[in-house]
Amino acid sequence: MEIIELKAKAAQIRMELLRMIHGAKAGHTGGSLSNTDILTALYYRVMNLDPARPKWEDRDRFIASKGHAVESLWCILADRGFFPKEELETFSQFGTRLIGHPNNKVPGIEMNTGALGHGLAISVGMALASKRDGRGYRVFCLMGDGEQAEGSVWEAAMAGAHYKLDNLVGIIDRNGLQISGSTEEVMGLDPLDEKWAAFGWNVLSIDGNDMEQLVDTLETAPTVPGKPTLIIANTVKAKGISFAENVPHWHHHVPSDEELARALAELSAVLAGYQQEGQVR
Amino acid sequence: MGNKIANRQVICDTLLELAQSDRDIMVLASDSRGSAAMGPFAQAYPEQFVEVGIAEQNIVGISAGLAHSGKKPFVTSPACFLSMRSIEQIKVDVAYSATNVKLIGISGGISYGALGMSHHSVQDLAVTRAIPGLAVILPADRHETKRMTEALVNYEGGVYVRIGRNPVEDVYESADYDFVIGKAVTMRDGSDITLIAAGETVRIALDAEAKLKEAGVSCRVINMHTIKPLDEEEIIKAARETGRIITVEEHSVHGGLGAAVAEVVVQHHPVPLRLLGIPDEPAIAGKTKEVFEHYGISAENIKNLALDMLRQ
Repeated sequence: MEIIELKAKAAQIRMELLRMIHGAKAGHTGGSLSNTDILTALYYRVMNLDPARPKWEDRDRFIASKGHAVESLWCILADRGFFPKEELETFSQFGTRLIGHPNNKVPGIEMNTGALGHGLAISVGMALASKRDGRGYRVFCLMGDGEQAEGSVWEAAMAGAHYKLDNLVGIIDRNGLQISGSTEEVMGLDPLDEKWAAFGWNVLSIDGNDMEQLVDTLETAPTVPGKPTLIIANTVKAKGISFAENVPHWHHHVPSDEELARALAELSAVLAGYQQEGQVR
Repeated sequence: MGNKIANRQVICDTLLELAQSDRDIMVLASDSRGSAAMGPFAQAYPEQFVEVGIAEQNIVGISAGLAHSGKKPFVTSPACFLSMRSIEQIKVDVAYSATNVKLIGISGGISYGALGMSHHSVQDLAVTRAIPGLAVILPADRHETKRMTEALVNYEGGVYVRIGRNPVEDVYESADYDFVIGKAVTMRDGSDITLIAAGETVRIALDAEAKLKEAGVSCRVINMHTIKPLDEEEIIKAARETGRIITVEEHSVHGGLGAAVAEVVVQHHPVPLRLLGIPDEPAIAGKTKEVFEHYGISAENIKNLALDMLRQ
């Protein structure tokens, strides 16, 4: 997919996830909106995958370590054809498999995550298996910035560098907010780049809501032989809705009917702009 | 003591043998290759060995990732840390995600008797058996450890195993018997009372049976090597046929083998039941035998308890 198409796709996914959360009356709205561009770049352009063969051995792996921001992932997996789109209506409902965290009973989900600080260790194991078996697949692990306070993240960081996993890419959705407020107020993380570099990772910092930067960085990562790569994707929580951006309670705020209508109107205008731009090109 | 071979060494020897033809077998250690007796494996198969350092959460997470990629990881780490520090990884990454990880808790129970409660693992059965999708096994001697290890290689799913540090007396004459995960072994048949034990206490139960036999008591001994899935049928049968049960375990009396047996007995065929194990306190320091005797986990005490129950 071309950049302009990816931008349009991200706007469409944002609209779908807002409708889904509104319908279910539950969801992690802010985090799902901040990571939508990252996931769109991965699932429509960067990763080597085949929705018809979700367990294909040489597929690139994606681990959503910040498992709570799953709404964007459900919408993307459905849109890519891993499961029928109608199933999105069951999100968070009684007996559904589309729960509020990744569930590996659903095609396209590798592991059950949700307890923070687990995903990177799992990703290290997968990347190590890829290396030992001489396979070429890459492993992408998306973490939250609040999640960086979990000690297990750093155990895995140490192991990733120790085993020289240059097929492993960690991405931090650096939206700067967690449920109680700013990450720097809750438990200071900065200088986050220096911490990861000190652990032996190749560290890149980008605008995580800029599709060009995302595609450029993710397509070529990991870029340093013998080192895992960590991308600090600086994002805006609740990106795409003017009145929700950077507002902490949108972490898991369910939009009202009126908020939904306003948000969809904003996103429709953005989507129309991209579609027009795409046609002109 | 006759036997000089520790169960941890048996696991290493068995995996060394099997890893030759099964390249998916992997062993992981948390700076524990020495205490796990896995040095020879690390040397023989460096490509099938992973050291993670002192990081028990990490060892389980990495193993889950390896298993998800088709490997058969055996995590070897002290039971006290593996069953507690990493319990969330065990619950989520192994059991819930259904990854094929074998967790081998070494130096389990009160093996590290003099090191204090931080190094005892007498709550591990309680926490692991509460997790859906996880099997829990305690082999009784070196022969059972060998048969169990062979079975684990071909068993699909998460398993927590606990073994002790030192060699234990044999309870089987050889490894030539039927070992099935989830199927208890009746070591001695009897009709007056049943002793149910697991792991290192099976030997003690057998010694108690010999004493009871001298006293004219017909005692059944069941080796409940699999705590989960529990062989409920064998427990109900024992309750029905012998009318009295004593459980003997190297674990807190809360939540372990005795509690598991009690859950079955009380719901299906209530009979008098006594639980022998470590009481709800930090266990006293000492060698295994000393600690066992202190808490009445001895053949003599079991005999007396059984005779008491028979008089009632």
